Amino acid sequence: MSAPARVEMRGITKRFGPVVALQSVDFSVQPGEVVGLVGDNGAGKSTLMKILTGVYRPDAGEIRFEGRQVHFSSPLDSRRLGIEMVYQDLGLAENLDTVANLFLGRELTRPVWLWRLLDEPAMERRAAEHLEALRVELPSLRLAVERLSGGQRQAVAIARATAFAAKLVIMDEPTASLAVAEAGKVLELIRRLRDQGVSVVLISHRLQDVLDVSDRVMVLNRGRVAGVLPGHSARMEDVVALIVGGAA
Amino acid sequence: MVGRAAPGLGWDRVRAALARMDLLLVVLLMIAVLTALQPQFFLTRENLTNVARQIASNAVLALGQLLVVVTAGIDLSVGSVMGLCMTVLALATKAGWPALASLAAAVALGAGVGAANGLALTRLHLPHPFIATLATLNVARGATYLLSGGVPISGLSPEVRWLGSADLTVFPGTPLATAIPISFLVVVALYGAGTVFLRRTPTGRHLYALGGNPRAAQYAGIDTARLLVLVYVLCGALAGVAGVLLAGRVNSAYPTAGIGAELDSIAAVIIGGASFFGGRGTPGGVFLGAVIMGLLRNGLNLMNVSVFWQQVFIGLIILLAVYVDVLRRRAAQLES
Repeated sequence: MSAPARVEMRGITKRFGPVVALQSVDFSVQPGEVVGLVGDNGAGKSTLMKILTGVYRPDAGEIRFEGRQVHFSSPLDSRRLGIEMVYQDLGLAENLDTVANLFLGRELTRPVWLWRLLDEPAMERRAAEHLEALRVELPSLRLAVERLSGGQRQAVAIARATAFAAKLVIMDEPTASLAVAEAGKVLELIRRLRDQGVSVVLISHRLQDVLDVSDRVMVLNRGRVAGVLPGHSARMEDVVALIVGGAA
Repeated sequence: MVGRAAPGLGWDRVRAALARMDLLLVVLLMIAVLTALQPQFFLTRENLTNVARQIASNAVLALGQLLVVVTAGIDLSVGSVMGLCMTVLALATKAGWPALASLAAAVALGAGVGAANGLALTRLHLPHPFIATLATLNVARGATYLLSGGVPISGLSPEVRWLGSADLTVFPGTPLATAIPISFLVVVALYGAGTVFLRRTPTGRHLYALGGNPRAAQYAGIDTARLLVLVYVLCGALAGVAGVLLAGRVNSAYPTAGIGAELDSIAAVIIGGASFFGGRGTPGGVFLGAVIMGLLRNGLNLMNVSVFWQQVFIGLIILLAVYVDVLRRRAAQLES
């Protein structure tokens, strides 16, 4: 018996009124595995991930995290286990610098009299170490994020998601708005996370990016699993056929 | 490249500090011009002490307004709340309440109206703080007239008058002897506390994040509704403090006190470099904004310029301050 999957979702069903968004979907990610999640708009990708992060509760099915059955009632529950989400809009406070963004909501403090004040040197040091480990290069950690390039912002958002012992990072369209060179850097960053044992779920419409970086590609079509393909050997046509399958 | 950012001493930080200096330069320039124009009046200790005393209540209102503006909000009610708190302070004093109790009542009342503003925004989901605070502006002003019967109430406690009009003389008996208004010391203490709160605590950081990008704050697990209620409560409480200082200065609670004061506080915040879109602005800048407004009024008074013209100049200063900010931001964007 091999080690349990990092996350295993079985028989997940979700209805919104009469609409069946997901119909007994099985999904799993191994430690250090990149799974691409593709499908047309409304295929159920984001609903599935919102169930995994605790935003929605499934109507049927179970979620196991490292072999243990879990129930998430809010995104905080999933985050506590190390499941992080990088949203398409990045969720960065652009007026704040990289250090502030990495630690937003989880600031390091030190006691001064009766107060707990921000421990800027400690946060800056840890931020620098973390970015170093991910080999993310920024002009300065103290520059407001709005002054960084799109790719640099994406890197900051990913670094933020992985700064606190993340085990699974879900990325929603991380390369959608980036130029080719910057997208390449983000894909490199995803590989580096995998090498560190972090599991990654990559939601993207850019199929070439998904095929480049994913170990497995799962295709959803109208709330069902249309197929699972090995990432590196799959052909683009096969993926596209599964995405549009049934519609044609 | 990451390793290059030296903690606390980055070049960016130096440049940011220089960019903030321009307000200080404006203040120095105004002092120089006023000294040249009114050599026998302006740079006297009496006059400067007077200016410091006169800006106190606007400075305190502006500090509260800054907290709200950082979250991309606005509090139109602060002037009315200040007037209401003054009247309640005077009535409590008249009713024989101990000084400390009536002071506490005035500040607590301000905080209470602030809580109403915050809850109207977060619980009733009124679309913009403009609306909730416009409502409390009217409610508080009406309540002030009702409570006071529309007439001024004079005779405040010695403690309140001490806060609003007494001086602390430093270096007494020497040629350097200078009277510093107690109210100005209160302002300095509040701005010091405000700076620590906004720039050095996690909650202060969350306020900037909330103003910069509310979704980022939500994703980070920050309770944004609680934060919003907190800033309106603090803003209301500071309006109460401002009312105490003004009542102590004029030794009276008059029902028209604070009419239009919300606009002065907003002006100080904007001149001080805060952004109306939230996420930007420092207590230091707003303090200088209040000082600039005070110096302008004082200088124009010394030169016998009518209050009507003073209002015109304040308006032009607001335009100029924001335009300079627009230019600076555009330059920063071109640079990056």
